[in-house]
Amino acid sequence: MTRHDFQTIAHWIKPAARVLDLGCGDGALLRYLQDERQITGYGVELTDANILASVKNGVNVIQSDLETGLSVFESGSFDCVILSQTLQAMRHTEPILREMLRVGREGIVTFPNFGYWKNRLQVLRGHMPVSDDIPYQWYDTPNVHLCTMHDFEALCAQLGIRIRERVVMTAGRQVSYLQNLTGSLAVYRFESAAG
Amino acid sequence: MQPVSSVGIVAPQTAYFDAPLTLKSGVVLPHYDLVYETYGALNAARSNAILVCHALSGNHHVAGKYAEDDKNPGWWDNMVGPGKPIDTDRFFVIGLNNLGGCHGSTGPASIDPATGQPFGSRFPLVTVEDWVESQARLADRLGIAQFAAIMGGSLGGMQALHWSIHYPARVRHCLVIASAPKLTAQNIAFNDVARQAILTDPEFHGGDFYARNTRPRRGLRLARMLGHITYLSDDVMGTKFGRVLRSGVFNYGYDVEFEIESYLRYQGDKFAEHFDANTYLLMTKALDYFDPTHHHAQPSLAAALAPATADFLVLSFTSDWRFAPERSREIVKALLDNARRVSYAEITSGHGHDAFLMPDAHYHAVMRAYMERVST
Repeated sequence: MTRHDFQTIAHWIKPAARVLDLGCGDGALLRYLQDERQITGYGVELTDANILASVKNGVNVIQSDLETGLSVFESGSFDCVILSQTLQAMRHTEPILREMLRVGREGIVTFPNFGYWKNRLQVLRGHMPVSDDIPYQWYDTPNVHLCTMHDFEALCAQLGIRIRERVVMTAGRQVSYLQNLTGSLAVYRFESAAG
Repeated sequence: MQPVSSVGIVAPQTAYFDAPLTLKSGVVLPHYDLVYETYGALNAARSNAILVCHALSGNHHVAGKYAEDDKNPGWWDNMVGPGKPIDTDRFFVIGLNNLGGCHGSTGPASIDPATGQPFGSRFPLVTVEDWVESQARLADRLGIAQFAAIMGGSLGGMQALHWSIHYPARVRHCLVIASAPKLTAQNIAFNDVARQAILTDPEFHGGDFYARNTRPRRGLRLARMLGHITYLSDDVMGTKFGRVLRSGVFNYGYDVEFEIESYLRYQGDKFAEHFDANTYLLMTKALDYFDPTHHHAQPSLAAALAPATADFLVLSFTSDWRFAPERSREIVKALLDNARRVSYAEITSGHGHDAFLMPDAHYHAVMRAYMERVST
């Protein structure tokens, strides 16, 4: 995540909103949102190192495995639930998207776009892609569910999720043409289509 | 990071209270002593105080030594001291012996002024709520209107939790470690077996063994042995003792053969020599009774914790089956339901319930990081 991603997400979050950041890493995004948007909320993390880093960052963090769901959080308790650079590493993709919109009014997801032309080129050359947003070798990656923007949008349609906004970036700059080809990182803001 | 060192030589103090304390049971304690120790200095604003609440067999001697050659420092000496996670260069730390204890505060072995004899069976049962009330009076005495933090492990965590509910304005941060919102039936069952061991010891004499110049060593020893088993994990027992035999061969008898037997008997004997049986009984009952939802029409923990305004750190340990991580998560859930500021970490440890006393690097790093955000 870069400052640009933080700004994009912060732009979508109302001041003093209640925010849940799933897979909050070292808590840097929550810290940024606390400072810039005066939000309240929690991060959820699994690894000891990130729990410690988040506590050091002065954010509330709950050690928990996202794969087991969000049962510790009541329905509708957040204005926004963020899943940043984590969706592609989750086994239970559909359940977590449903859970996000159960506990929150709105969701924000960011993931590396597998459809980015540099990724496609590497596949065409016969290799799994390695890039800034997918910085892992195939044999040593936490990513199990990589997707393109088209794939993600198709899944949203299937799950009754309405996409409100979409920002696509490459190297920290927004791209607007042929995004599924020119964009390295996709950032989506969505809600339940049922309202 | 500052160099890690000890608070050095410390000495306990005694505070005498002559205002009657009405206990939850209805019994009135007309006056009582509380023994306590302090480490670090109270700042001018009186805003840097920390209260450390002790567990079942703990006491006021949290950190430091009583003499240069003292081999047994305070029970949380690895956590509390200059440059340690609970940094006595920043905080004024208070440890006290709870009412009913056997380390100097008024308890069953104390002399009842009404009779000139030890209280024994006449000492009333005290609860977590009673302890918090007496701790609040000690805080008043020391001029502390609000604590920077109140913390404790196990039964100590229950006291910290009750503080946050009953005196929300007096607690800025509440650290609940290896604890539970209330005991399970299994936990109460273990406690009752321990109590039965003491109550059925012929030397117990209904709690009035002091005058007879004896003590229920066998009962207390069994109670401690049982407790010890539940404080350790199967794994740590396996690693530490396994099936190792002291003499290397089977002796086909009932004397000590396996190392684990030797260890448990040694721990039991040591404990039975210095701990008071009535205190042990009373502490286990305090554990059993604690339940913040008890007097609520709708017994939900979230409703019980609604008055709390402190920031919370809740910690549990993976191999702790006596106060399992799931129990800590109940506390976390109730705090989340109330939109309280809370962080929760599940520390990987093989040491079972005892892990909260161990100097685990990650555990201490989390404590240190959290305490650094606690303002003085």
